Amino acid sequence: MRVFVCLGNVPDTTTKVKFTENNSVFDNTGVQWVINPWDELALTRAMELKEDSGSSVEKVTVITVGTKSAEPTIRKALAIGADDAIRINAEPTDAYDVAAKLAGVLKNEDIGFVMCGIESCDYNGSAVGGMLSEFLNLPSVSSVSGIEVKGEKVSVSRTIDGGKEIISIDTPFVAIVQKGISIEPRIPAMRGIMMARKKPLNVVEVPDTEVLTSHKSFELPQPKPPCKIVNPENVKELFDLLQNEAKVL
Amino acid sequence: MAVLVFTENWDGKFKKLSFELVSYAQKVAEKLNVPVVALSIGEVAEDELKKLGDYGADKILSVTNEYLKTLDNQMYTKVISEVAQKENAKVILFSHNNTGKALAPRLSVKLKAALGSGLIDLPSVADLFTVHKKVFTGKAFVTMELNSDIKVLTLSQNSFKLISSDNNATIEEYLTDIQESDIKTKVTSTDKETGKLLLTDAEIVVSGGRGMKSPDNWGPIEELAELLGAATACSRPVSDEGWRPHEEHTGQTGKIIAPNLYIAAGISGAIQHLAGISSAKYLVAINTDPDAPIFEAADYGIVGDVHKILPELISIVKESKL
Ligand SMILES: Cc1cc2nc3c(=O)[nH]c(=O)nc-3n(C[C@H](O)[C@H](O)[C@H](O)COP(=O)(O)OP(=O)(O)OC[C@H]3O[C@@H](n4cnc5c(N)ncnc54)[C@H](O)[C@@H]3O)c2cc1C
Ligand SMILES: Nc1ncnc2c1ncn2[C@@H]1O[C@H](COP(=O)(O)O)[C@@H](O)[C@H]1O
Repeated sequence: MRVFVCLGNVPDTTTKVKFTENNSVFDNTGVQWVINPWDELALTRAMELKEDSGSSVEKVTVITVGTKSAEPTIRKALAIGADDAIRINAEPTDAYDVAAKLAGVLKNEDIGFVMCGIESCDYNGSAVGGMLSEFLNLPSVSSVSGIEVKGEKVSVSRTIDGGKEIISIDTPFVAIVQKGISIEPRIPAMRGIMMARKKPLNVVEVPDTEVLTSHKSFELPQPKPPCKIVNPENVKELFDLLQNEAKVL
Repeated sequence: MAVLVFTENWDGKFKKLSFELVSYAQKVAEKLNVPVVALSIGEVAEDELKKLGDYGADKILSVTNEYLKTLDNQMYTKVISEVAQKENAKVILFSHNNTGKALAPRLSVKLKAALGSGLIDLPSVADLFTVHKKVFTGKAFVTMELNSDIKVLTLSQNSFKLISSDNNATIEEYLTDIQESDIKTKVTSTDKETGKLLLTDAEIVVSGGRGMKSPDNWGPIEELAELLGAATACSRPVSDEGWRPHEEHTGQTGKIIAPNLYIAAGISGAIQHLAGISSAKYLVAINTDPDAPIFEAADYGIVGDVHKILPELISIVKESKL
């Protein structure tokens, strides 16, 4: 079966965020772009499944809605090991639009399953995966912390309040993944980087989708008042502050 | 027209977030001048259902279909969208938790409704319908316009106070025709710790980092948590090392929480850790390194050794008989 991994191209998590045009647009000057961390973990798990001879996963494709500027990130995914890539040529705007575009391409593909991350670390929508599953009219499982594939049989583990559930599910479906799906993301090896240059990166267009939201303005958090430092010889003072000033005890 | 709230219960008792959601819905409904309808899926007794009225629900719809005992995203979405259409809901509200994140985006597509997720306060409904939320993992806020007739919203946990009301809500049963064959996700086993205070529900959290040095040193963290009625948490390396269970890890790649008080013991305060706790109302740091970044985010700090400070704090709390 073929696994599709949706890739978001996001600013590195340590980026200092700034805005321009009267705080209405994210300022991407000097920003380092990376694969959204959840998608990197999803891709890592997809590669492990492909390498496992007991699973029927044969091919891993990464798919992104993005402009040409997203290609270095896509190449990185190919270097990690994806077989091929699809770039839907458009500026990613809102989640609804991104999901509609992904669905526009994926509805014509023979899907084993699709993996999405639980959220992008830029606009934190937690939306694309669920929306995509509804556009495709496929079952979805969210909060997925593990996927096992034995032959054609798939089971996923889902995190619930205070525990987890194991779910059996027929393909095709959409898995929205989070912590636990794999532990350490794979990093590309030299050989992978060389091979990635020759792997197919197909650029496609999907017209006629709709945008339902827009960002009006951004603001930075108010600077915090400085930390009150308590003398380590006087722990009682900390207790008093928490009780009488913060009133949280 | 109505504001529809998707509530959640645990073994027949509503979670606190359900009351938060209904309280929030009441305020949104007031602005739109429409009633609040709360939807409950699962076996919930009538006097428990009534409690939703105490926080502002005008009408409660209860669904008890036996095939909806476990969460199936597709069928839950189907039921919620039927109810939304029946009630002519203009705003549909979920919690921004595992379940809400699973359902709200699906519903948004089904109803062609704009989604505002992870909201931290009330929407503005003047000329434009705008919502306010955190972006860039807590490093900024955005005001976002939702441009559709129906809106789906998810509310961050612990970001809205409970508001009581003296509504005498009506309760109706809602019947669906969901069959066993409709359910495509079969839960084959469940592993659930009951009775434990959930990290995401806790008002106080005591958390340990690599500065605790060893899993054998967790006694004081657990004891302090016990005394304060708090939940325990940890940084990512601590759960990666297997010192603590994975459910405890907070941060960008772990749980995002908003307690009233977060006590960080031996945690350096990496940006990815702070991403999970930046909504805590008060942050206390205990760290031997005065230059640790945690002190920039903290409200109160002690530069000192956790192995000395925590036991002292414990005896002070004990003496005070909180
Ligand atoms: C993509 C990505 C995602 C990540 N996501 C997360 C996440 O979700 N959550 C998370 O926590 N991390 C996350 N990390 C890791 C993060 O960058 C830090 O490495 C991690 O938070 C550090 O954990 P720590 O503070 O426990 O350990 P350290 O950074 O090693 O800090 C230990 C601290 O303890 C102090 N200390 C030592 N001894 C004592 C003592 N006796 N008494 C008091 N203090 C003492 C030290 O001064 C130090 O400040 C992520 C990293 C990446 C790259
Ligand atoms: N532009 C994009 N192209 C492809 N997949 C995306 C894109 N944006 C988000 N995703 C996927 O959707 C997940 C959740 O994103 P979001 O809904 O933006 O928080 C990400 O982890 C990706 O798997």
